[in-house]
Amino acid sequence: MGGKVLLANVDIPGIRGFDTYRAHGGYIAVEKALREMTATEVSLEVHKSGLRGRGGAGFPTGLKWSFLDRKSDKPRYLVCNADESEPGTFKDRYLMHHLPHLLLEGLIISSYALGVETCYIYIRGEFKYLVGVLEKAIKEAYQHGFLGERILGTGFSLKIYVHPGAGAYICGEETALLESLEGKRGNPRIKPPFPAFKGLYGCPTVVNNVETLAAVGPIINMGGEAYAKIGRGRSTGTKLISACGHINNPGVYEIEMGLPVEDFIYAPRYCGGIANDKLLKAVIPGGSSVPILPADLILNTAQGEQRLMTFESLAEGDFESGTMLGSGGFIVLDEDACIVRNTLNLTRFYRHESCGQCSPCREGTGWMEKVLHRIEHGEGKMSDIDLLVRVAKNIEGNTICPLGDAAAWPVASAIRHFRREFVYHVKFPEVVKNIDHGAIQSDTELLIPDSGTGIKYW
Amino acid sequence: MMVKIQIDGTYYDVKPGKNLLETCLALGIDVPHFCYHGAMGSVGACRLCAVKKFRDPCDQKGRIIMSCMEPVNEGLIVSVNDPDAKMFRAAILESLMINHPHDCPVCDEGGECHLQDMLVMTGHNYRRFDFKKRTHFNQYLGPFISHEMNRCIQCYRCVRFYDDYTGGKDLAVFGSHDHLYFGRGEDGILESEFSGNLVEVCPTGVFTDKTLKEHYTRKWDLSNTPSVCVHCSIGCNTIAGERYGKLRRIMSRYNGAVNGYFLCDRGRFGYQFVNVENRIGEAQIRTSKNSNPVEATPDMIASACAEALSGSKKIAGIGSPRASLEANFALQKLVGKENFFAGVSRTEHTLAKTAIDILQHEAIHSPSLKEIEKADAILILGEDLTNTAPMAALAVRQAARNKGIEVAGNSGIPPWNDYAVRLKAQDVKSPIIMANPFSAKLDEIAEKTYRAAYSDIARVGFAVAALINDGAPGVKGLSKEQLSMAQHIANALKEAKNPMVITGTHGGSEDMVHAAANIAMALFLHGKEGALSIVFPECNSMGLGMMDGKPFEDLAGLPADSTCDTLVILENDLYRRADQSLIDDLLERCKNVIVLDHLITGTTLKSDILLPVGTFAESEGTLVNNEGRAQRFYRVFPAEGTVIESWRQLKELMIFSGNHESASWENFDHVAQAMSDSIPAFAKIKGHMPGADFRILNEKIKRQTMRFSGRTAMNAQFSVSEPKSPVDPDSPLAFSMEGANETPPSSLVTNYWTPGWNSNNAMNFYLDEPNGSMKGGDPGFRLLETAATKHILFFAPVTGAFTPEAGEWEIVPAYQIFGSEELSSQGPAVAERIPEPFIIMNRRDAEEAGVKEHEMIDLTLTRSSLQVKLKIDDNIPAGVAGLSTGLPGMPFLKLPESGRVKNSKK
Repeated sequence: MGGKVLLANVDIPGIRGFDTYRAHGGYIAVEKALREMTATEVSLEVHKSGLRGRGGAGFPTGLKWSFLDRKSDKPRYLVCNADESEPGTFKDRYLMHHLPHLLLEGLIISSYALGVETCYIYIRGEFKYLVGVLEKAIKEAYQHGFLGERILGTGFSLKIYVHPGAGAYICGEETALLESLEGKRGNPRIKPPFPAFKGLYGCPTVVNNVETLAAVGPIINMGGEAYAKIGRGRSTGTKLISACGHINNPGVYEIEMGLPVEDFIYAPRYCGGIANDKLLKAVIPGGSSVPILPADLILNTAQGEQRLMTFESLAEGDFESGTMLGSGGFIVLDEDACIVRNTLNLTRFYRHESCGQCSPCREGTGWMEKVLHRIEHGEGKMSDIDLLVRVAKNIEGNTICPLGDAAAWPVASAIRHFRREFVYHVKFPEVVKNIDHGAIQSDTELLIPDSGTGIKYW
Repeated sequence: MMVKIQIDGTYYDVKPGKNLLETCLALGIDVPHFCYHGAMGSVGACRLCAVKKFRDPCDQKGRIIMSCMEPVNEGLIVSVNDPDAKMFRAAILESLMINHPHDCPVCDEGGECHLQDMLVMTGHNYRRFDFKKRTHFNQYLGPFISHEMNRCIQCYRCVRFYDDYTGGKDLAVFGSHDHLYFGRGEDGILESEFSGNLVEVCPTGVFTDKTLKEHYTRKWDLSNTPSVCVHCSIGCNTIAGERYGKLRRIMSRYNGAVNGYFLCDRGRFGYQFVNVENRIGEAQIRTSKNSNPVEATPDMIASACAEALSGSKKIAGIGSPRASLEANFALQKLVGKENFFAGVSRTEHTLAKTAIDILQHEAIHSPSLKEIEKADAILILGEDLTNTAPMAALAVRQAARNKGIEVAGNSGIPPWNDYAVRLKAQDVKSPIIMANPFSAKLDEIAEKTYRAAYSDIARVGFAVAALINDGAPGVKGLSKEQLSMAQHIANALKEAKNPMVITGTHGGSEDMVHAAANIAMALFLHGKEGALSIVFPECNSMGLGMMDGKPFEDLAGLPADSTCDTLVILENDLYRRADQSLIDDLLERCKNVIVLDHLITGTTLKSDILLPVGTFAESEGTLVNNEGRAQRFYRVFPAEGTVIESWRQLKELMIFSGNHESASWENFDHVAQAMSDSIPAFAKIKGHMPGADFRILNEKIKRQTMRFSGRTAMNAQFSVSEPKSPVDPDSPLAFSMEGANETPPSSLVTNYWTPGWNSNNAMNFYLDEPNGSMKGGDPGFRLLETAATKHILFFAPVTGAFTPEAGEWEIVPAYQIFGSEELSSQGPAVAERIPEPFIIMNRRDAEEAGVKEHEMIDLTLTRSSLQVKLKIDDNIPAGVAGLSTGLPGMPFLKLPESGRVKNSKK
C-alpha cells in the first residue's frame, strides 16, 4: 500500500469498472455510512479527520460542511468542482480517469451527510473524454443501486449529474462555477452571501474539490481519527501532487503530508531528481498561481528549517520567503529555465482567463502581459520592473474573487526572488533576444544570472 | 432610529440599512464610484469606491473595503481620505485609463463625463501605459443611440440597466478579460423602450445621444431649462437644452415621485418636432375657403383678427389636452365658459370626467410612479402600459421585484445589494396580473395574463371587486375560467400589503374604469389603501378634464345657424379626434376659423387665420399628469419671428374681441393667478410655484452653465456687437450664465453640478439620498382633493359578455409608443421607429378570414376602410383584433368597433 489512501488500488486492471472496484473494497464505505451511521456521525468523522480542501485554499472540509444552511426549506446541493484548469495541476483528471467510482463514493457519502438529493459534477470542458468515464460510472452505480431512489433500502435518494463547462478557468472559482452551472456568464459573485446559504439557484450549496470528496470514502472506511494520524499537524492525510517540469519522473503522486520537499524532488520513487542532471532553479509548488520560490527557499525555509509538503511548512515565511501548497501542481524549473519567460507565459494565461468583472484584474493582467512581453523580447525598460510590482500590488487582494491574487502572485514573487534576471533582460536585450528556448544548450548558464537572492545554488 | 458612524474623524448620525457609499453621497462626501447607481444598487465590481475601514478606534492599520458593499452599522469607522485608499482609487483609474482613448477634447461626452470627473477626483494624472490601446468595432444601434465601444471602461452599468432594470433582452456583455464588448449580438435597433437612458447611465461616452450628434453642442454651451415631457400623461420631468435657437436634447430631470432618474425613448427623443421644417413660423391668412393660408403682415393679421372677433355674435373655442392649463384657461376667458369646448371627443371627455371623479373619491388614492414601484401586487386592466405610459411600465417592472427583495430581506440581504437580492429571489415575483386583449411586453413579468375583449375584462374586474367586498355588485354568467381568474386576482390583491390597480382610458371603455374603481374601493373596505392609477392619453388630459368644458361634438352637433361665427382652435388637430366629414362640416360652417398651433396639421390648413404659437420649448405652462400632479414647464428659448406663447396670443385676441380683462396679464404669473382665482380645482396652483419675481439673493436662476462659451461671439457673423440677452419676464430663470450660485428649488433645477461632478451623477447631491426625493421636496404638487363623500357607491356593470360574431371582429386599439403620439411622430428619429399600420389577430381567426401573416389585408369599419399588415398573436381571443392606432397617415377611427377583414389581393 505504501501509505496510499486514494490511489491504493489505482494499478489494478479494470478498477475503472464497477465490478473490479467493488471487488477491491469499493462501496463498502457507502454501505457503512448509509447503513450504520447517521448523517451527523458521517460529518463528525470528516470533521475529526481534519480533511482540508484540496482545491487550493485548504479550508477544513468539516467546517465548510457545518456552515451549510440546514434551516432553509429549499433543496440543498452538493457541487463537485472538477474544473481543474490551473496550469500544472492535473491530479483530479488522473483521479477521475482511473478511479471514477472513488469520487462517486465520496459524493454519495457526502450527500448523505449533507442531506443533499441532487449533486452536480461541474467538469472542465476540455475533459470531454472524462465526461463519458464519469457517466458510465454513474450509470453503473445506478444499476447497482448506489444511486437513485432509496439507496440500499434506506430513505436516502441521490441523483448525480455531470455538467461540462465551456473551458473558462474562472469557472473553477466556486461562485463563478455556480453561475456557469446556472447557465449564466461565469463571473464570480460577491461573498457574502456564501454558497452555504445562497449557492446554486439561491439554495444552500457545498462546493468541494474532486480530491476532497474522493477522500471521504477512505475516511469513513478507516475512521476520521485514523486518517488524522496520517500526515503532520493540521495537514492531515495524503495529498495528490501532480509533478511536472524539468524532472525525471513527471506524474501524479500520492504523498503523505509532511514529506520533505527535497525528498519529493529527488527521491527516485517521486520526481527522481532534475532531468538531464541539471540543477534545480525554482519551484512553483501549488499550481501556477502560488508564489514561485528559488531552490534554496523551497528546500529550506528562510530560518533554515527543512521545508515539508504541508500547508503550514510551505507557507512558512508568508509572501516574503514562503509559498503555498495550493492545489498540488508541482512545477519544477531547472537552471536553464528563464523566469521572465515563464512569468510571461503564466501572465498570458491569467490575462486570457480574467473574467472581466473587476477593474484591477481585468486591466492589470493585460497590462502586465504587455510589459512582460516587452521585457522578454528585449524591449523592456528599467522602470517596467517596478511598474510590474505596482500593477501586481493593485490587483492583489482588491478583487471580488481570489483569482486576482492568483494572477498577481506569480509576477510579484518572480520579481521578488529573481529581480536580477529581469534586470538582466532589460540590460542585455540583444543577448536575451537570442536565447533559444527550444534547445538544451550547455553554454546557457552564461546567460542566466543568479537568482538575486545572493545565494548561488547551482 | 439613527446610528452613529465616523468618517475621517467626524461623527455623523445616519440612517441604518443603507450602504456606506450612498450614505456618504447623501452626506455630500465625494466618494468616487462607477458601477453603483442610485436606482440599480451595488455590485462591487468596479472597485473604485474603496475606502478604509477600521475595526475599532485602536485599529491603526485598517483594511480597504468597497464602500458600496458595506452596510452602515453603529460604530462604523472609515476613512475616505486615507492615503492607502486614495492610492488604491487612483490605481483603479489608471487601470481603466490604459485602454481608454485620449480623445476628451473631441469626445461627445466631454464636459459631462463621469470618467473625467473621477479621473480628476482620484488624482491620477500621469499615464504609465505606453502600449497600443485595445480597439473595438462599433455597432449600429438605431436612430437614437450612437455606439463607441473604445471608450468603454467596463462598469457593466449599461447591461445592468438594460437587462436587469428594464427587462431588455438584446444588449449583453460579450468576451472576457480585457476584451469585453457591450453591445448587441449583431448590429440592429435597440429594442427597449428605455434605451435612451444608456446615454445617462453610461459613465463615459460609449452610448451617446444620436439626435444630439446631428446638431452637436458642447454640454457646457447648452442653455438648460427645467421642463415637463409632453408625450404622455405621466409627466416625466426633463431638462431641455438649447443653443442657437434650436432645441438640442432632452435629459432626465430627477423627480423622486415621478420618473426618478430615467425617461422613456419617446420622451427623450420626441423633442425633434420643435425643430422640424413644418413648424409654423409666421402668421397666415387664407383669402377663400378653398385656398390654403398664406403668410401675411402683422397689420393684416391684426385687422383680420379684430374683424373676426369684434364682429362676431358668437365666438366658440376648442381647447386641447396637449396645451397648458393656462392656455386653455385663456381660451375659456376669450370665448366664455358656455362656449368653451374641451377639444376631446365625447367618449374621451366622458372617460376623463369619470376617471377624475373616481380619483377624487375618498376611498381611492391616485399613486405616484414611486408608489407604484413600491406596490407588491398590481392588476393592470386593459392597458398596454409599455406603449401608452412607458415609464409606468418601468415602475411596474420594479414593483414585480418587491417580493424578491422582501424574501432577500428576510435572510438579511439589504435591497441595495443588487446581485445578492437577485440571487436569493431567483424567480420570486410580486403578483402582476395583466388583463389585456392582446399580448403586451409586460406579460413577461406577469404572474398571470388574461386575454379577453374589453367587456369581458371589465366583467372579470367587477367580479374581482365583488369577491373582495360583498357590497360590490357581482356579475352573472361568468365562465368557469373567468370565475377562477377573478378568484385568483382577488386573492392576490387581498393578500398583498400594498395592492394596486392600474387602468386607463385608451381602451375607450367606461366599464373598465368603473370596474377598476370598484376593485380599489373594495380593497379600501378591506383595509388597504385603495390605490388606483389611471393612465390618460395626453400630457394634459387630466388638467383639461378638471376644467369646465364640453366635448367638441356638442358644438358640431348644434344647428348650422347657431354654431358660431368665429371658432378659435387651440393647439389641436381635430382630424385626429373625429371623422373627417364631421370636422370638415364644422369648419365649413364657421365664418372665421382661427387656429393657434405650432405644426402644420389638417386643421391648420383649414384655418382662416393661422397664428403660430410656441411649443413647450418656447412657452411656459402647467400640466397635470395622470396622478393629479401639477407641474410647470418653462420656456427653453425665446421663440423666433411672430411665434409667441398660446396664452399671450389669446390675451391679444381678447383685446381684439373687446374683452379688456386680459390687459392686466403682463406676465405668466398674472394669467396663472387669474386661473387659480377663477377655477377652484386649480386654486392650489397659486403660491405653490415660484413666481417670476422669485429670486435667490436678488438674483435670477441661470439657464446657462458657468462655462457657457462664445456668448459674445455666437452671432458675430451677423453683428459684432453683443446683443442684450433676452429677458424672460415670465419665470425666475434668466437667459444668462449669470445668476444665483445657490441650488434653486427642486422645480427650477437647470442642470446638475456640484464641485467635482460635471456629469449627471451630480444629481445625487441634489437628493436627500440616492434614489430618494429632491432636497426640499420633489417638484410639482398634487391637485386631487378627496371629496367629502362618506358613502362608497359601487358602480354597476353595464355591458354584457362579449360574443364574437361570424365574419366580424371587434377592433380594439393597439397604441404604439412610437407613432401613436402626435407630436413625437413628427421628429425624424422617432419617425424611423414607427411601424407600418398593422392588425393583430389570432391564427385561427386569420385562417377563417382567409388572410395570412405579414400580408396586407383590407379592413372595413363602419365609416372607413384601410389597408393594414397582419400580425399573428395567438393569445388574442377569437373575434377580437388589435389595430395600431394614431399612426401618421391613418385616418381617425373610433375604436373599439366592429370591422371586417379580407385579403387585399382578392
